[in-house]
Amino acid sequence: MLTFTIRRLLLAIPTLLFISLVIFLLLEASPGDPLGDVPLTVPPEVKERMREALGLGSPWYVRYVLWLKQFFWVEPLFWFDQAFGTQFSAGMQRIISFQSRSPVFDVIAQRVPQTLTVVGFSYLVGVLIAIPIGILSAYKQYSWFDQLGTFVSMIGFSMPTFFTGVVLIIIFGVKLQWFPSVYDTTLQVRDWDSFWAQVRQMVMPVTVLALYNAAQISRFMRASMLDNLSQDYVRTARAKGLSERTVVLKHVLRNSLIPVITVIALGLPAVFGGAIITEQVFKVNGLGQLLITAIHGNDIPMVLTLTFIFAILIVLFTLIADILYGILDPRIRYD
Amino acid sequence: MTDTERQHQLDMRETVDATAVAAGATAALPPDNPLHAGGETRSQWRDIWRQFRSHRGAMVALVLFVATILFVTVGPYIWTIDPTYVDIRARNSGFTAAHPLGTDQLGRDMLARLMAGGRVSIAVGLTAMIIAITLGSLIGVTAGYFRRLDAPLMRLTELFLALPLLPLLLLMVTLFREPLSQSFGPAMGTFILIVSAIGATSWMQAARIVRGDVLGLKEREFILAARSIGTPAHRMILRHVLPNVLSPIMVAATLGIATAIITESALSFLGLGFPPDFPTWGRLLYDAVDQMIMYPWRVILPGLFISLTVLCVNYIGDGLRDAMDPRIRGR
Repeated sequence: MLTFTIRRLLLAIPTLLFISLVIFLLLEASPGDPLGDVPLTVPPEVKERMREALGLGSPWYVRYVLWLKQFFWVEPLFWFDQAFGTQFSAGMQRIISFQSRSPVFDVIAQRVPQTLTVVGFSYLVGVLIAIPIGILSAYKQYSWFDQLGTFVSMIGFSMPTFFTGVVLIIIFGVKLQWFPSVYDTTLQVRDWDSFWAQVRQMVMPVTVLALYNAAQISRFMRASMLDNLSQDYVRTARAKGLSERTVVLKHVLRNSLIPVITVIALGLPAVFGGAIITEQVFKVNGLGQLLITAIHGNDIPMVLTLTFIFAILIVLFTLIADILYGILDPRIRYD
Repeated sequence: MTDTERQHQLDMRETVDATAVAAGATAALPPDNPLHAGGETRSQWRDIWRQFRSHRGAMVALVLFVATILFVTVGPYIWTIDPTYVDIRARNSGFTAAHPLGTDQLGRDMLARLMAGGRVSIAVGLTAMIIAITLGSLIGVTAGYFRRLDAPLMRLTELFLALPLLPLLLLMVTLFREPLSQSFGPAMGTFILIVSAIGATSWMQAARIVRGDVLGLKEREFILAARSIGTPAHRMILRHVLPNVLSPIMVAATLGIATAIITESALSFLGLGFPPDFPTWGRLLYDAVDQMIMYPWRVILPGLFISLTVLCVNYIGDGLRDAMDPRIRGR
């Protein structure tokens, strides 16, 4: 197991390097110019100096290696300094956003809480409703509950989140006026009133995303339960007189959760990156929204760093899913 | 014909009938006339169709999907208002006889725009799916069949799976929209860009499924037999391997249409899809969001069309999967 983990971690390094190179070259090949918005009245030599200041003067491989150094060496050192009050990174250049001229990681750190509260919470809610639904509809296969569950989950992943979000806004935000349609990120929870306001503004985005996630996970849960319910050990458990509750909730559920947990782990990186659309619908200024504005503004360092962080998360959680599978299921042997 | 001969023939028919699935057993008793061995001939496709028809949801979905396709292809010949015709006096009209689904803020007929938009959305879905499936099965078959190419190709697939797809799609579309629009015209350029971007980022699942199936097939006797008579690799793949992995490919293709339609409308919704005078369902929804408080139907209609189409395609995929699975078939 350990050797497998180490081997996979070592394999992840070239993968990630290659991905970063692909993203970098894609940005490099783009015709967009970060100085495109600079007025034409600015003389060319000044413009050239502005290019130099943005670090665009040197050839691409120099800039790529420089970015790698900043990402993997300067930034960790900086955060280490922050944590322990040391001075290792003094005088080193961090990754600077073209748009805001502030370090990219500071902006990301500001946005992460928004994304995590809304998207993370909705993933949690989605999982919590998906698992009981999956269990019940597998246990009562072809019953009306199962038919309904199948239909609802089919609808759940057929309706794009931008449509469900907009419909919810029309019904509950505009017609009924129950919830605010725009997410207010400046709201700070201090007392019960602000807490209530926070809950109210979270209801709609969380519902939209939770419905979408629950639809997919409940299908997996149902399929996995069905696989296990027809196994011999279930008949044995029933034959030796265990209660139906113990059979389903102890024996079958534990075994069925193994593949579902890996699916949940594989979906986690999407918590950070995949909610771009929902964030856009409800005007949550999280990471997804940051990425969109950065793309529109030709903010190369920001786009590069954000996309690369998403890639790291995907690789990391794929690895975690594989390791979890190996730990939970003793039949799986990687070595 | 003597009695023994007749008896032999009857016996054989029985055996053939009883062991129609297990090909190994029938091989021991070669039929006199192989074409009519089992009495009535049953093609695989008719079996699949019979099973598919028993899936009620999939049948309803198929009918609805065909209706949607007719709506967007034949519809414009019946409802002949030009979707880009601006009738400023009739703007923001509700459901009237002249405009059954109303008009938008420039007085363009919504029914005509929904037809035109659906045509593009479905065309994008189909084309992107064809690209993704072709790429996916090519890579899957190559990786599964040629052992030497397996590892590098699977590394490549894993690499693509590790890419953050939606951000990359957004990036590709923003970066390359301008140059492609200039060389192919705004509509065609965007179409090529979106279709190839979606196709290039969604072939991985198909490749993995196909590779797995090919690896299993390679161990079977008929492949060994074909190899022993010296079948060259290309004919081996085209005649023996591909037809046998067709069912997972078809299921993946159906589900691929759904994903492609959703991805295209998501891109349009973020304002990164087709130009405004070139409607797609996602674009219509995006344009209507600004006025959704006053005219909610303009948001709901295109959204309903997207959801309905995707729902139908998903149900068809579900039905196909059941119909093509010989373990379920015949139940």
